Amino acid sequence: MSLGEVLLCKTNLGVTGPPPRGGPSGAPAQQALRAQAIGPERAARAPMGSSAWGAGRTPLVGRGPGPSESRVPCVARPVRPRHGPGALPGPAVPTLPRHLHLRQEEPHPLRAAHRGPAQSVAILLYLARKYKVPDHWYPQDLQACARVDEYLAWQHTALRRNCLRALWHKVMLPVFLGEPVSPEMLATTLAELDMALQVLEGKFLQDKAFLTGSHISLADLVAITELMHPVGAGCQVFKGRPKLAAWRQRVEAAVGEVLFQEAHEVILKAKDSQPADPTLKQKMLPKVLAMIQ
Amino acid sequence: MGLELYLDLLSQPCRAVYIFAKKNSIPFELRTVDLLKGQNHSDDFVQVNPLRKVPALKDGDFTLAESVAILLYLARKYEAPDHWYPQDLQARARVDEYLSWQHTALRMSCTRTMWQKMMFPIFLGQRVPPETLANTLAELDRCLQLLEDKFLKDQDFLAGPHISVADLVAITELMHPVSAGCDIFKSRPKLAAWRQRVEAAVGEDLFREAHAILMKAKDLPPADTAMKERLKPLAQLFL
Repeated sequence: MSLGEVLLCKTNLGVTGPPPRGGPSGAPAQQALRAQAIGPERAARAPMGSSAWGAGRTPLVGRGPGPSESRVPCVARPVRPRHGPGALPGPAVPTLPRHLHLRQEEPHPLRAAHRGPAQSVAILLYLARKYKVPDHWYPQDLQACARVDEYLAWQHTALRRNCLRALWHKVMLPVFLGEPVSPEMLATTLAELDMALQVLEGKFLQDKAFLTGSHISLADLVAITELMHPVGAGCQVFKGRPKLAAWRQRVEAAVGEVLFQEAHEVILKAKDSQPADPTLKQKMLPKVLAMIQ
Repeated sequence: MGLELYLDLLSQPCRAVYIFAKKNSIPFELRTVDLLKGQNHSDDFVQVNPLRKVPALKDGDFTLAESVAILLYLARKYEAPDHWYPQDLQARARVDEYLSWQHTALRMSCTRTMWQKMMFPIFLGQRVPPETLANTLAELDRCLQLLEDKFLKDQDFLAGPHISVADLVAITELMHPVSAGCDIFKSRPKLAAWRQRVEAAVGEDLFREAHAILMKAKDLPPADTAMKERLKPLAQLFL
């Protein structure tokens, strides 16, 4: 069984969980987020759902309360059955026993992101141990292992956050949800992404072949899949970064180009998303805003 | 030079590392890095962690950042008792799951609560809009509910019947809003009982020692102009 098969997992665009008990209900909380983003006066003039909102094309995105949750990264891949009609060829992907689904039971693509990011790192580590994958993925060596842990911890609030924001601010909010994003907000997001990429190159990659040493590890897998978000949105993250571009080539070669393409098939079409219908938009918007804060 | 731990006990992840090291009698030199005084920007410290964050570890020539990485490194190197980071595959996965989730969930809402309720008004002399604080407290409430329902459930500790690094990381987070006067345990008996168990497992003296600086934060003299300027970018993150 190849490691690639073992490490495949579903792409979810994660969202927040059930509404808070005793906390603000959906609509007021959503209004609060908008008000925080665009100012209370503008929010009052153009409430959600009003024609003024759409016609005014008020740029929306800003920070608001809510956990900065994000999607399950890992290797993006639509889930298709391995048996029966519509089955994919190839060896079966091992599934986790039911009780170990780590709280990610629901199949809906917009799922509780409070379950999303936690699961991907924990799942990768679980799979690596259970299936005794080659050592380089998560080394036994104390210091080598610590380097992987360090990257996996850092990326939660740094690269992942910025890659997600770049995807949503550049493409998904304006195209999919029909919510314009101000040029200033987009510029800020891309500048923050740029800073995270500098840290990725300067602190983690440096002059090594891979992020934590001379062999590919879980850190590289988590990093590359995050970077495909802004790439899918049309951001040239590797342009002007030959070191990072060369690293990408090495990671793709190590993973296998066919598998890499297959895994990123969906995300690379992000900029071709069709607009969501208004009901879905109404449902998704507050959750997306909370997710990408 | 032996193991050095660069910590500011005002910071939640630093307290988790401190408690873990002390509880397991790991010999280390404490290097205090006062964040409010900007000591994380000193040339010496930048050599240890170019990201200018605490906690940071230096073990001979080896430097390491990120509290989770540091905790696991210490647990492995000093062969801490198994329950802290169990060998058992599934038990360990539960700890990993918590350690991942908390980065983007509980950590932010605990930090924001402490800053918005206490540090901004008292230390920085800056007003926080009531709606902002209300939203932050609502978000904190939501995270605490998740903590109880998804992680603690009916177990004694977050990842099972024994204390693990997950509990240390969680309890030190929760003390942040407590220090700002938010009695988060008052209406949550399950969480309050878990807290008692964690404190007992850690040892009350060590727990108190680790939180001494935090609990005195409300008595800090107001920041001077220079300090306010320096803390502005950091403070903006917490609004």
